[in-house]
Amino acid sequence: MQVVSLPSIGTAAAWREAARGYLSAGEPPEDLRWHCGAPGEAGLFDTAAAPPAPARSVAVPRSFVNLAESVSWHSDPARFDRLYAFLWRLKDAPQLMSDRGDAQLAHLRRMEKSVHRCQHKMKAFVRFRETGSPEAARRSFAAWFEPEHRTVEPTAPFFARRFGDMDWRILTPDVCAVFEGGVLRFEPGAPKPGLPEDASEALWLTYFRNIFNPARLKVKAMQSEMPKKYWRNMPEAAAIPELIATAPARARAMAEAAPTLPPARTARVQAAAEQAAAEHWAGPQDGLAAALAGCTRCPLHCAATQAVPGEGPQDAALMLVGEQPGDREDLTGRPFVGPAGQLLDAVAAEAGVAREAVYLTNAVKHFKFRPQGRRRLHQRPDAGEVQRCRWWLDAEVKLVQPRLIVAMGATAALALTGSGGSLMARRGTVESGRQGVPVLLTLHPAHILRTPDPAAQARLRGLLRSDLAAARARAGLALPAAQAGQAGQVA
Amino acid sequence: MSKMSVRDKLAILSDAAKYDASCASSGSSKRDSRDGKGLGSNTGAGICHAYAPDGRCISLLKILMTNFCIYDCAYCINRVSSNVPRARFTPDEVVKLTVEFYRRNYIEGLFLSSGIIRSPDATMSDMVQIARKLREEENFRGYIHLKTIPDAAPELIAEAGRLADRLSINVELPTDASVRQHAPEKKPEQIRKAMADVRLRGEAAKDRSHTGKRPPRFAPAGQSTQVIVGADGSSDAVILGQSTRLYGSYGLRRVYYSAFSPIPDASARLPLVSPPLVREHRLYQADWLLRFYGFGLEEITSAAPDGNLDLEIDPKLAWALAHRGLFPLDVNRASREELLRVPGFGVRTVNRILSTRRHRALRYEDLQRMGALLKKARPFITAVGWTPGALADTADLRSRFAPPPEQLSLF
Repeated sequence: MQVVSLPSIGTAAAWREAARGYLSAGEPPEDLRWHCGAPGEAGLFDTAAAPPAPARSVAVPRSFVNLAESVSWHSDPARFDRLYAFLWRLKDAPQLMSDRGDAQLAHLRRMEKSVHRCQHKMKAFVRFRETGSPEAARRSFAAWFEPEHRTVEPTAPFFARRFGDMDWRILTPDVCAVFEGGVLRFEPGAPKPGLPEDASEALWLTYFRNIFNPARLKVKAMQSEMPKKYWRNMPEAAAIPELIATAPARARAMAEAAPTLPPARTARVQAAAEQAAAEHWAGPQDGLAAALAGCTRCPLHCAATQAVPGEGPQDAALMLVGEQPGDREDLTGRPFVGPAGQLLDAVAAEAGVAREAVYLTNAVKHFKFRPQGRRRLHQRPDAGEVQRCRWWLDAEVKLVQPRLIVAMGATAALALTGSGGSLMARRGTVESGRQGVPVLLTLHPAHILRTPDPAAQARLRGLLRSDLAAARARAGLALPAAQAGQAGQVA
Repeated sequence: MSKMSVRDKLAILSDAAKYDASCASSGSSKRDSRDGKGLGSNTGAGICHAYAPDGRCISLLKILMTNFCIYDCAYCINRVSSNVPRARFTPDEVVKLTVEFYRRNYIEGLFLSSGIIRSPDATMSDMVQIARKLREEENFRGYIHLKTIPDAAPELIAEAGRLADRLSINVELPTDASVRQHAPEKKPEQIRKAMADVRLRGEAAKDRSHTGKRPPRFAPAGQSTQVIVGADGSSDAVILGQSTRLYGSYGLRRVYYSAFSPIPDASARLPLVSPPLVREHRLYQADWLLRFYGFGLEEITSAAPDGNLDLEIDPKLAWALAHRGLFPLDVNRASREELLRVPGFGVRTVNRILSTRRHRALRYEDLQRMGALLKKARPFITAVGWTPGALADTADLRSRFAPPPEQLSLF
C-alpha cells in the first residue's frame, strides 16, 4: 500500500498532479492511500514515495477537473480516495460524467455541493473588524471564521476582488488568508485571536433589530439559511433570541393599538403639498391631449401604459388613421413608431408623402393586448371599444379639418365610415366619412408585415404606395422637391 | 429638539424600510476592485449576508433617506397621518453607513428608498446625489438599488439609471381602483408610464451606435416592482393577471408580493389581521410557474374556481390533481414540457433527467439522486421499477398532500 501525502496549502493542485502521475502509471485505487497535512499513523505495509511524473498525457472531461477541484476542499478524509476511485472508472467510460444517477458520482456531487454551499456561506458570513486606524491610506481589517470545509483557499480570491483597496486577513483553524498591499498569500492555521472592538458593530446590530418584522416570525426559514453553527462568529446573532421572544407580544400590541388621530401637522403638510402639485408640471395641460390622457371610457386604460394621441400639424390637409397603438407606441406615447410605423414612413416617402406634413393617429387610443411570457400580443379592438373611442377621433378630425382622411385597415374604416364591410373589396375607393370629410380606404401597414410570402408582400406594398400617392394628389399636397422631377414614376 | 444620533436615525429609517420585500443583489454587470482603486465587487449572483428571524434575507442596507412624507397611503407606516417618529439622514450619513457596513462584509450594497418630501423632483435629486457620492467619491463598486419616484423629471431618472444597478417603482396594489382608494396621491397611469420609460431607457443603453460606441449604462439589473397582498379585496387571479401584464409590458425582472402586515400606528381603514404569509408563498410559486415552467395564467387560475389559489397545496400540484388524465408520465419518454408539469420536479431535475436518459433508462432510485421530490411526484410518474398503479386513481389523492384538518381554536 502506497501512502500519498498532500500539502495542506495548495492541496487541490497537488492532488491533481499526483493523480495524473498515478493514473498514467496505471496504479489502481486499491494500492493507494491518500491523506492531507501531517502524516498520520503509518500502516504496517505502507510505503511513502513521491508520485511518479505523468508519463503520457491523461485526458479526462473538463467537468471532472472542476468537480475534483471543489471536492479537494471537503473535510472528509476519504475525499481523495473517492476521487481517485471514480477517476479510475472514468478513464475507460468518459460518459460517466453525465450520468446523474451513478451512485459514486452522486456522492461526489453531494460533496461538491456541500463545499460550494460552505464557500457561499463564507462569502456571506465572514465579519471583519477594523484593526488599524480608520484614517490610514490603506485601512486594515481582520476576521475569525470557522468553516465546515477547508474553503479559505478557494474563496480568498473573491475577497481580494471585493476588498481591493484595503488590507485584510481571514483567520481560521486550518489555514489563514492574508491580503496586504494587493498581494494575497496563505499561512498555516491560527488559534482564535482577540480582535479589537469595532463601533460599526453596534450600528449593524441596530439595523438588524429594526429591519426585522415581528408580525411575520419564521424562525425555521431563518435557520435553514443561517444555521446555528455560524452564529458564534456573527455579531448580529446575539440579538436573535430576544427578537424571537418578544415578537408575538409586539405583533399583538400593533394589532390592539387603537388608531390614533393624525398629528396636527397633517393638514398643513397636505395643503402645502397640494399647492406644490398645482405648480408642478403634470402632463399635457390644455385641451384635447390632457383630456385624452385621463380617458377611462373603456376598460383598455387599465392595462395599457398610456393613451397615444395623434401627432402632426393641426392644419394638415391629409390625415392618416391606423388601428391602435402597438407595443412601442404604448411605451413611448407616440403613434406609428414601431415596425409598422417604420414601414409606413418608408412607403409614404416613396409615395411622396412626408411624415411631417400629415396628421397621424389611430382609431383606438389605448393598446389592446394579451400578455404571453415576456411579450405582448396585439389584440384587435372590438366594435364597442372602437365606438367609444370614436369620441376622440371625431374630435381630432374636427380640430384638424383635413381635406382627405386615409383609413388604414378595417378598424379605421369602421370608425370613420361606420361600415365594417370587407376592406380588400373597398380598398382604393373613396367613401364619404361620417363627418363629411372624404375617406380613402387602404390596407394597414401591419398587414404587409404579417404576410409571409415575399411576392405577396411586395404586391401589398405597391397597393399601399399607390393609395397613398393617390391620397397625396387628392389632398393637394406638393411633392417634396427631390421627388418632383420623377413624379410620373411614383404615381 | 435635540439632535438625533446616527444610531437613532438608523433605528427609525430601517424600521420604516422593512415593508419593501425586495432584497435582490443579483443580475447586474460583473465588476471588481482588484485594481486596488475602489471598493466592492459584483459577480452577478447575489449574496444574502444575514437572515432576520422573519425568514427574510438581509443582502442590502435597506433604508429610507427620510420617513417624512406628504402622501397619505393607508397601508404605509410612513403616511402623513401616522404618528411614528420621523427622521432624516444627510447624504453623507447614508454614504458613510453604506461604506463602513460594506467594508465589514455585512452587506452587498444599498437599497435606498424615501418618503416624498417637498416635491418628487427634490426627493429624487437627493437620492441621486447619494448614489453619485458613493460611485464617484468613494469609488463604490457594490450594488445600488434606487426606488424611483414616478413623476420625477426625466433627467433625474436618466442619472439614477447611470449610477444604480436596479431601479424600482412599486405598483403597490393590484388594481387601479384600489390604488385610488388607498393611495389617493399616487396615479397608476403615471406609475406605468414611468416603468415604460425605464424599459425604453434600458433598451436604448444596450444598443450600440453605428460607430460601435456603447451608450452610458442604464440599470443593468433592470427594474422590479412590489404589490401588497391582502390589503384590498383582490383575488389571486387579479394579482397574477396584473403580474403577467407587467412582465410582458415592461420587462420586469421580478414582481414582489408582500403580505400586508400590521404596522405600528395603523390606519383604521385597513384590516389588522396577521399577514397572509401562505398566500404570499403560493403567489410566488404561481409566479415561478408562469415564468419558468410554461404555464399559462388561465391554467393556474382554472384550478382555483373562486380566483384564489389553494392554500393547502401548491399550485402545480393543484393543477396536476385537476388534470389527472395526463398522468402518469413515463420519465423515460415524456418531453421536457411535460416533465416540467410533474409536481415535485424542478427545472434542474428535469434537465438532469434529460441529460441522463440519453445514455440509459432511468430507474426510480435515480430520480431521488437527481433531486426530485418523490413524495409528491410518485403518483404522477412511471420509471423503470415503478408504476403508481392504483395510487394515481385514488379518490382521496389530494388528502395525501394537504395537511390534516385542524380543529378551530377557541382562543
